[in-house]
Amino acid sequence: MRQYIYAFVVGGIICVIAQVLMDTTKLKPAHILVLFVTLGGVLSALGVYQPLVNIAGAGATIPIPGFGHAMVSGVLEEIEKSGIVGVFSGGLKATAIGLSAAVLFGYIMALLFNPKG
Amino acid sequence: MSGTKKVGKQTVKFTHQPKIISTASIVGPKEGEGPLGRYFDKVLTDNIYGEKSWEKAESKIFKETIELAIQKAGLTEDKIDFLLCGDLLNQTIASNFAVRDFPIPFLGLYGACSTMVEAMVLAAMLVDGGFADYVVAGASSHHDTAERQYRYPTEQGVQRPLTAQWTVTGAGVVTIATEGTGPNITYATIGQVIDLGQKDADNMGSAMAPAATDTIFQHFKDTNHSPDDYDLIITGDLGKLGKKLTQEMLKQKGLDLTGKLEDCGVLIYSDKQDVHSGGSGCGCAATVFSGYLYNQLTNKKYKRIMLVATGALLSPTSSQQGESIPSIAHAIVVENN
Repeated sequence: MRQYIYAFVVGGIICVIAQVLMDTTKLKPAHILVLFVTLGGVLSALGVYQPLVNIAGAGATIPIPGFGHAMVSGVLEEIEKSGIVGVFSGGLKATAIGLSAAVLFGYIMALLFNPKG
Repeated sequence: MSGTKKVGKQTVKFTHQPKIISTASIVGPKEGEGPLGRYFDKVLTDNIYGEKSWEKAESKIFKETIELAIQKAGLTEDKIDFLLCGDLLNQTIASNFAVRDFPIPFLGLYGACSTMVEAMVLAAMLVDGGFADYVVAGASSHHDTAERQYRYPTEQGVQRPLTAQWTVTGAGVVTIATEGTGPNITYATIGQVIDLGQKDADNMGSAMAPAATDTIFQHFKDTNHSPDDYDLIITGDLGKLGKKLTQEMLKQKGLDLTGKLEDCGVLIYSDKQDVHSGGSGCGCAATVFSGYLYNQLTNKKYKRIMLVATGALLSPTSSQQGESIPSIAHAIVVENN
């Protein structure tokens, strides 16, 4: 139960920050998307993001900074295993499931549904 | 210039007073649910209108509106001398595809959301100059085609800021003639492109307000009319923010339009419809004029009105390159005699 609450609070705070940026700055949704992925990566490299994941679980991994975190931690892991080439392979390896699922489900939805306005 | 029809710097006076003998308007469901819903000839049940794409739907709506305007004028296609149309899409495909089945000489126009008045002014000039007896003029826009081209595909579900406006789905078409019954077109003021450096494509009302201000001010200067000579001065799609700005800027220039100034984009939707700053798009001024305003004119509710359609002349490419938004406004005066 405790982790559910943490997930709600941490995930909520991440989204609130994005909403405040959308409402008070001239940043467009795409800017925020890129900014948050990068931010997740940077925080992950600084060792700040993993503790968030530990307490909030999906609350930290599902919002888009979680994607940056997954890439960076994938790179770090891969460097341990196979040295410097890990910089190139680790990020995509770690996020392959998410990326493939996004493409597949996106495709299925596009086949099944037709927007009417 | 020797022209007796040119008045002042930017205004023309129509000596033969071309008549608007018919109008037609077809709109989407959201516009139909708005406060002006009952004035439109046809309200669609959805924006796709049985077609495979938004673009095909827009052309179909436009085509049927043109047919309806000709039919309501009691004419047939072969009687129409020229067809003048425009829309918002790249290469104005909504118009070009809508008119391909009509055997009528065609001039395609682009003035962004000012296109309806641009078409009406040119049609009135053709008629007044003796080049034509019947000219059909119209403009169209479609919420989903405009979103796809200028912003994001609707399927992406991106949040819209509160300053944003909602592109009207609909087409408005008028038949302008030398003879017949209907209100007269008496003056037109052609706008110049104004750019004060506003860059936010989600706040086009404030980008276009200076252009509307300039054209309205110039109209009164050219004609020596006063605001009291008009029952209504209505801008095309400035929205709530743009309308307020225009009113303030005109006041600073010494022109008080309190109680006279309205905006098609403000009238077409109600506050409950969650469209933020109001309606926009070529179809906004086109449908509000063809539906509501024409009805009010023929019912003698208004004696003389000025329609000032405003256009934001940006493109997705210019926005991406960080350019500001040049804007334009054209005014046309329609009155009962």
